[in-house]
Amino acid sequence: MSFVVPKESFNGKVLAVDFGKDEKALAVGGENCLPFLSFEGSIPNRPVIAYEVQDCAPDDWPDTVRNIYKDVSGDPVAWAKYCQDELKAGAIALRLVSTHPDRDDRSAEDAAGTIRDVLAAINVPLIILGSNHIEKDALVLVAAAEAGGGYNCVIGKAQEGNYKTIVAAALAHNHKLIAMSELDINLAKQLNILITQMGFDKEKLITDPMCSALGYGLEYTYSVMERIRLAGLAQNDATMQPPILGDVGMYVWKIKETVASDTDMPEWGALEERGITWEAVTATSLILAGANLLIMRHPRAIQTVNKTIDELV
Amino acid sequence: MALTGVQIFKLLPKTNCKKCGFPTCLAFAMKLAQGGVELSACPDVSEEAKNTLGAASAPPIRSFALGTGEKAVKIGGETVLFRHEKKFINPCAIAVNIKDNDDNIAATAEKVAGSEIDRVGQKLRVDAVSIECASNDSAKYGEAVKLVAEKAPEAALILNCKDAAAAEAAVKAVAGRKPLLYCATGENAEAMAGIAKAGGVPLAVCAEGPEALSALTEKIKGLGVEDIVLDSGAKNAKDIIENNTQIRRAALKKSFKPLGYPIINYVLRDDPVFEASIASVAIARYASIVVVSTIEKWKNLALFTLRQNIYTDPQVPMQVEQKVYKIGEPVTGSPLMITTNFSLTYFIVSGEVENSKVPSWLAVMDCEGLSVLTAWAAGKFTAAKISQFIKESGIEDSVSSRELIIPGQVAILSGALEDKLDGWKITVGPREANAIPTFLKSRVN
Ligand code: B12
Ligand code: SF4
Repeated sequence: MSFVVPKESFNGKVLAVDFGKDEKALAVGGENCLPFLSFEGSIPNRPVIAYEVQDCAPDDWPDTVRNIYKDVSGDPVAWAKYCQDELKAGAIALRLVSTHPDRDDRSAEDAAGTIRDVLAAINVPLIILGSNHIEKDALVLVAAAEAGGGYNCVIGKAQEGNYKTIVAAALAHNHKLIAMSELDINLAKQLNILITQMGFDKEKLITDPMCSALGYGLEYTYSVMERIRLAGLAQNDATMQPPILGDVGMYVWKIKETVASDTDMPEWGALEERGITWEAVTATSLILAGANLLIMRHPRAIQTVNKTIDELV
Repeated sequence: MALTGVQIFKLLPKTNCKKCGFPTCLAFAMKLAQGGVELSACPDVSEEAKNTLGAASAPPIRSFALGTGEKAVKIGGETVLFRHEKKFINPCAIAVNIKDNDDNIAATAEKVAGSEIDRVGQKLRVDAVSIECASNDSAKYGEAVKLVAEKAPEAALILNCKDAAAAEAAVKAVAGRKPLLYCATGENAEAMAGIAKAGGVPLAVCAEGPEALSALTEKIKGLGVEDIVLDSGAKNAKDIIENNTQIRRAALKKSFKPLGYPIINYVLRDDPVFEASIASVAIARYASIVVVSTIEKWKNLALFTLRQNIYTDPQVPMQVEQKVYKIGEPVTGSPLMITTNFSLTYFIVSGEVENSKVPSWLAVMDCEGLSVLTAWAAGKFTAAKISQFIKESGIEDSVSSRELIIPGQVAILSGALEDKLDGWKITVGPREANAIPTFLKSRVN
């Protein structure tokens, strides 16, 4: 018996989405094969990792990751510049946490001001995220889309409960859009259909099937991502072809494994490495499942995953 | 390639003696073709038939144990490419590589022996030690192997040694532990196959890329070795993912026997965090043995957890038995809490109740293994169902107070529950389990 390389060729293709502008612009997606299997297809773009920045002090982040940003995290402009200039971030994801009614309930106008300031200070692409409050995001992201006009940002997240206004704003100001649903391939598909039915180009969409941390539901996210990829490639299902987002950091840096001290959990080993590894392992497994864009927090975890991506492409 | 019932029938004794429990040989053959019975049920079957049928019914990826005893790890036997299709069967073994000229052999082996931790009710550990012959001194190698065997008495052993003489001595020294011999190459294939066969131990086969590898495994098999482990020479992440994928696909989709064996990946890196990331690639993409160079507790925890996630059944969430659990030594006045039977939920909550040192009752309700909010959203953790469970659980005979503490995330249930559970007071607990110790302690004082 002689060995024949078992290749799969697919009719479908992941859509390529670019964001940012000028020479710092980035693109994700575009591959016509399963993740990193370049022996049977072409992979024009590597996965991109964006550094997460917030518009208020990250008081709910554990020390391992909060300390890294302690000198800059009071000010989103300084924080974003630090990520770009010192940490060499290729993209920034600005989360407008302070607009959440349970946090500072800051207004949409305030948020727009923050966006303008940050965009004026950086030249890498910006991802603009709401606070994940359905009603408030509908107001905040509309103002944010306007403030970011001309910068080809990624705006998110549009969900079933608020997509209409957010889609209209992204359309009007020419941004890319994240559509998020809850860990269910059919919900992800349905939301993409609803959004494209509003006249929004499917080539400008990014799907967030909802992330989860290693040990806390990762297997669900992993399999939903794999299934979305297969549907887009093998069945050539156009509604399942946008690139996939993994919003890793916010799920990782709240679970016990990244928070509990070595004294409380001596059998788990050093807290700092434990947290960083947790974020890196979660992210690594998701790029294997099909994620094209990741949002992460710890520089060492990000550098580690980038090194792994260097080996994979 | 499966045989049809008629093809099998031709190989049977055709006496219709009924000893197999079927009225005729043909009926037995039909059942066998469907996989509903074992060939051994027919006592009179010929050797020739056994060989033919055995080969035809062999699984596409061979499965066998690494090591011996209770902690032997079963590897191989996988049947699908994607975990959503069907459960991945045998979780990959995690092994650490130790060089025979390292000064810390005993200490590392002891770390392996003490690496077991409990996560979501499963006991997880570093399963194996790979002892590398780096000294090129067979006496030194033999001592290192014996030292590891003694200090890590239950771990599986991988004899990482390409020198046939040193390998032979080492196999003899730990033959009772059924070590994996690593590895046969183009140069030493005959000698290594001879040693593996004589010692009755599995043999790893190493060549550059799946094609060269398949030629070598055919040769090794021809030399009489059955239990084979594959190393395609993949060291960087790209080769790991591509070679492992090609091997798994060839075995499952093309029934390509020369690659129908479990895979081993050495992912050694200097930076342990980076090594964990590369190990993740191997764990997610089909490795049956992943060998790392260090086993810090934090790294183990992350890799064990990833392995557990990848190998859980996609259809059935991990769950625990429905009952009222005692935590500490609760008495009639101790607090009573309720949660769902999703393993993760149960182990997090019970762990925090334990941390509080307040003896308590924890009522765990069957919600088909769903978390609190998921179960609530799916209509399985409702006021009506909870009240029925509490009444039927018999807990009313064990506790004197009539107070039930519910998870903060389902605070919304409290009114309806007070209506359904006559005479009970419903208290809303914290939303997150890590607030349970403070919450319980504050009630005591
Ligand atoms: C993984 C997941 C799933 C998995 C199921 C996993 C499982 N085995 O349960 C799948 C994909 C199958 C799923 C399905 C659904 N899901 Co779901 N799912 C999740 C997800 C991401 C994580 C759930 C989880 O595992 N949590 C971890 C466990 C440990 O948490 P927990 O049980 O709540 O326990 C914590 C606390 O409650 C507390 N606690 C627990 N017990 C007790 C007891 C006491 C006394 C106290 C004080 C505290 C306490 O301690 C724990 C740790 O802090 C959540 C979103 C999220 N990130 O939370 C959505 C989520 C729960 N799902 C949701 C929904 C709507 C659904 C679906 C109905 C629809 C859908 N999306 O498909 C289906 C229903 C399933 C069905 N069979 O019909 C919603 C629920 C919304 C709501 N508020 O009602 C959520 C919140 C997502 C969202 N943001 O909308 N889901
Ligand atoms: S035991 Fe064997 S020989 Fe007898 S009926 Fe069954 S198959 Fe035929």
